[in-house]
Amino acid sequence: MTPVRKKRLWLILALVLGVGVSAALVLQAFNQNMMFYYSPKDIKAGQAPANHDFRVGGLVVAGTVKRDPSSLDVHFDVTDLTETVTVKYTGILPDLFREGQGIIARGRLLPDGVVEAAEVLAKHDENYMPPEVADSLPHKPAEEAQ
Amino acid sequence: MIKTEAAPSNSGLFKLWYHRMASPVWFYRISGKLLPWLWALFAVLLVTGLYGGLVTAPADYQQGDSFRIIYVHVPAAWLSMFVYMVMAVSGAIALIWRIKLAEMVLVSCAPIGASFTFIALVTGSLWGKPMWGTWWVWDARMTSELILLFLYLGVIGLYSAIEDKRMASRAVAILALVGIVNIPIIHYSVEWWNTLHQGATVTKFDKPSIHIDMLIPLLLMAGAFKVFFAISLLLRTRNELLERELPRKWVKQLVEENDG
Repeated sequence: MTPVRKKRLWLILALVLGVGVSAALVLQAFNQNMMFYYSPKDIKAGQAPANHDFRVGGLVVAGTVKRDPSSLDVHFDVTDLTETVTVKYTGILPDLFREGQGIIARGRLLPDGVVEAAEVLAKHDENYMPPEVADSLPHKPAEEAQ
Repeated sequence: MIKTEAAPSNSGLFKLWYHRMASPVWFYRISGKLLPWLWALFAVLLVTGLYGGLVTAPADYQQGDSFRIIYVHVPAAWLSMFVYMVMAVSGAIALIWRIKLAEMVLVSCAPIGASFTFIALVTGSLWGKPMWGTWWVWDARMTSELILLFLYLGVIGLYSAIEDKRMASRAVAILALVGIVNIPIIHYSVEWWNTLHQGATVTKFDKPSIHIDMLIPLLLMAGAFKVFFAISLLLRTRNELLERELPRKWVKQLVEENDG
């Protein structure tokens, strides 16, 4: 390689490295804002904003989904396997919503520690398999996720 | 000096191949011969992949038949990042060695990459609505993929804004190299931050968490997409080459041959 080309190669490496380091620093600084949702543990630790909307993500605890028979009101517990937060919601839940499923709810924290959700999204995991295989597993993969 | 006529050494052979590769005439001839084979390979992979994905693969335990959009979404998303890597590496070669062919590959990559990024975003949105319950959210994975689309559009725009094409290629190469920082961000976004998008299924150092009957068609489709990228890249680069080399003798000869 001629000296000129070698110099250009080093310049390019320096450019890519420099941009990489600055991007890493920026992302580090904005780390909290890059999080799409808070876990129940974060909320219990008081990290969730009190005066505006935020999102909470976790697994729906089995047996906690209670629907009001006369309206679309529903409430359920969401857990990250260390802490649990109750979410109440009025509206139609997504198809994938079920017990043990990962969900993300956007809403406000009420004074009693309940999250009043304006929107509920279902998160699906990275496992794909036919139903027969899923049935033969001791635990549903959705329950193991996260 | 008797040995001057001896066969070239290994590094000599490599240099010969390297300079041939970079020669526009040679590239035009070889790529022309390669294209029919690539089309055939693409057809085989596409047909087997689609048949496997739409007919033989079982329905998912959670998502039912809706999961089958994976056979378009995932190959397109992988390709959107792969094309960018090809583009940035060509950019580096074009900047360091000033090889014209690398410049042409660089600018030919951009529209193809932009198209696949667009396909990944649209199919992801169509998949997200029934499964997640939303067309779009600003989570790290989706936002970084959208930035990738803007990077491609920036490359296309910058290239056409500068009159002198050699100068334009160099400017575009720098932009492509700066943007490469986004590629690891896209890939690791689902690990570094909480996102609505789930983690990696296949591209991780663990066993793929997808049933083998579903995985094989996915890999076939990914192969089909890669070959399709090779075809479109060759076609675009050949066009770019003819346009730039128009005043050259070999292009004139080629035109006369085709006319006659």
